[in-house]
Amino acid sequence: MAPKPALRPRRGSRRGLSTGLLAAVGAAALAVLVVIPVVALVVRAPWSSVGEILAEPANRRALQLSLVVSLWALVLSVVLGFPMAWLLARVAFPGRRVARALVTLPMVVPPVVGGVALLLAFGPEGLVGQWLDRWFGIQLAFTTPAAVMAATFVSLPFFVITVESALRGVDRRYEDAALTLGASQAMVLTRLTLPSIRGAVGAGAALSWARALGEFGATITFAGTIEGRTRTMPLAINQALKTDQQAAILLSLVLLGVSVVVLASLRDHWLGGT
Amino acid sequence: MRLALAGRAPMGHGHLQVDLVVEPGETVAVLGPNGAGKTTLLRVLCGLTPLSEGRLCLGEEVLDEPNASIFVPPEERSIGVVFQDLRLFDVLDVVDNVAFGLRASGTTRRAARREALDWLARMGLEERANDAVTELSGGEAQRVALARSLAPAPAVVLLDEPLAALDPHRRAVVRRELRDHLAHHRGPCVMVTHDPLDAAVLADRVMVIEEGVMSAVGVLSDLVARPRSAWAAELGGTNLLPAQARGVALTLAGGGIIRVAEAPGDGPVFVAIRPAAVALYRHRPDGSPRNIWEGKVAAIEGYGERVRVQLAGPVPLVAEVTAAALDEMALRIGATVWLSVKATEVAAYPA
Repeated sequence: MAPKPALRPRRGSRRGLSTGLLAAVGAAALAVLVVIPVVALVVRAPWSSVGEILAEPANRRALQLSLVVSLWALVLSVVLGFPMAWLLARVAFPGRRVARALVTLPMVVPPVVGGVALLLAFGPEGLVGQWLDRWFGIQLAFTTPAAVMAATFVSLPFFVITVESALRGVDRRYEDAALTLGASQAMVLTRLTLPSIRGAVGAGAALSWARALGEFGATITFAGTIEGRTRTMPLAINQALKTDQQAAILLSLVLLGVSVVVLASLRDHWLGGT
Repeated sequence: MRLALAGRAPMGHGHLQVDLVVEPGETVAVLGPNGAGKTTLLRVLCGLTPLSEGRLCLGEEVLDEPNASIFVPPEERSIGVVFQDLRLFDVLDVVDNVAFGLRASGTTRRAARREALDWLARMGLEERANDAVTELSGGEAQRVALARSLAPAPAVVLLDEPLAALDPHRRAVVRRELRDHLAHHRGPCVMVTHDPLDAAVLADRVMVIEEGVMSAVGVLSDLVARPRSAWAAELGGTNLLPAQARGVALTLAGGGIIRVAEAPGDGPVFVAIRPAAVALYRHRPDGSPRNIWEGKVAAIEGYGERVRVQLAGPVPLVAEVTAAALDEMALRIGATVWLSVKATEVAAYPA
């Protein structure tokens, strides 16, 4: 059957022109925002002193700390985020819409504001922090756990919204069928629901971990930049920029490399990406 | 154990109101137009839609009685369901689908898989055990869904349009298989269908639901011979006319009079006449039949060798004649014809 004339572009060259324009804008944006900055990092990297800079104990501690903090943040995001996603997707309660908006708040608030909020809540003079100190002798601010809290604060929403939207997309008719077969809610969750959203869980975890790895503003505000305890890679890079720019460039490359490697392997394993 | 439901449940903009008892070993077919509440009935029985009033019992156990605050959730009812859209779990392979209900009841993984394999063997699907459910053909998927619901040995089996998804030529085969598998089931069985053939082959009794209300219950032949609603009449392909009876004369709303052999009792009645019992003539016939009316051809519909002629007039009927007879009479739409029906071919029963 011949296509309707109305659907056909009036002139082939015109469609070619607009497609070409879109492609050109896309390519330019990719070049300006991604390729050129990465190339700049690579070109300007002090390749002659790689060994020296990486052998520096402070830098190795920063990398190690970054991995520890971001993985803890990932674990907390999954453990706390899944129940949150479940609650928001499946349980009808008054104020659910407000709760959904609140969950995404850390994504839109500047991280430094989050850090101030955490400080006012859990810092030495904080709403909760002063009682933690007085009753249990716990001081959170400017410790590694504080860095973990700051990273979790900013990365949790990425996991929650990804998993929540996947849960809302699950076809409940299959869960009904499982119930008529005598399955408990727990069995439905573990045997059917989770396997059917595993791609989204993987994607949410990857996004959330990547966000935690790059976390800067909330960490420096709430946890400070104490070498070996709270100075993660982004903070170390920021510090190095003021003193040793060569080191800053190299550390940036290392952070970039870690992110790319982990995300690429996650993509293959979890997402079956193309 | 018998299944007994007398109650009401929310449905769309209205309610479903049903009073139904299904004996052990009995299969009841639920017929009715789309949106009549057939699927809602199954959802009430298996616990996916709670009753708003009334009571549902399985044997001695009350499954749902809102006034007594009793509600047994679906996972605690021994009721297997074959859904119209099957709902096979695509995250599990074929054998794990069939084993699902057994695992849910606490059977060990190995024992459940062994029993599931037995079921697949019975269904002739042994070699499909480790395949993805998405690779199954329509007929195979149907059998897997049946095996999955029967494997945990439920006390009650519910089937929602079990053959609707199949090609017409597969339907007869699967229908026969279904009958054989259901023969082993000792409990009540309720089957929703829109096909009277399913009801004829598979069911002991038939219930008709229309607009959320049970409009008839009984054996299929009776339902077809003596329909009580326009939908049921169409199902059986019968003419159904409401009339007022006075002795052996039945008066229609349009003024036509039909005579019957035996008086149904005075008052409002239904008149059922098979289309094949309506004879057509180009000219007024002489002699015997007492029921002779004039009519106009309003529509002609072919069914292969048989042709249905819809007639307008004081006694609006559909007549079924052979294509040859139609040609011979040279009937056209708008033509005037004479209809006759023997008094013994007219079924009249109180409305």
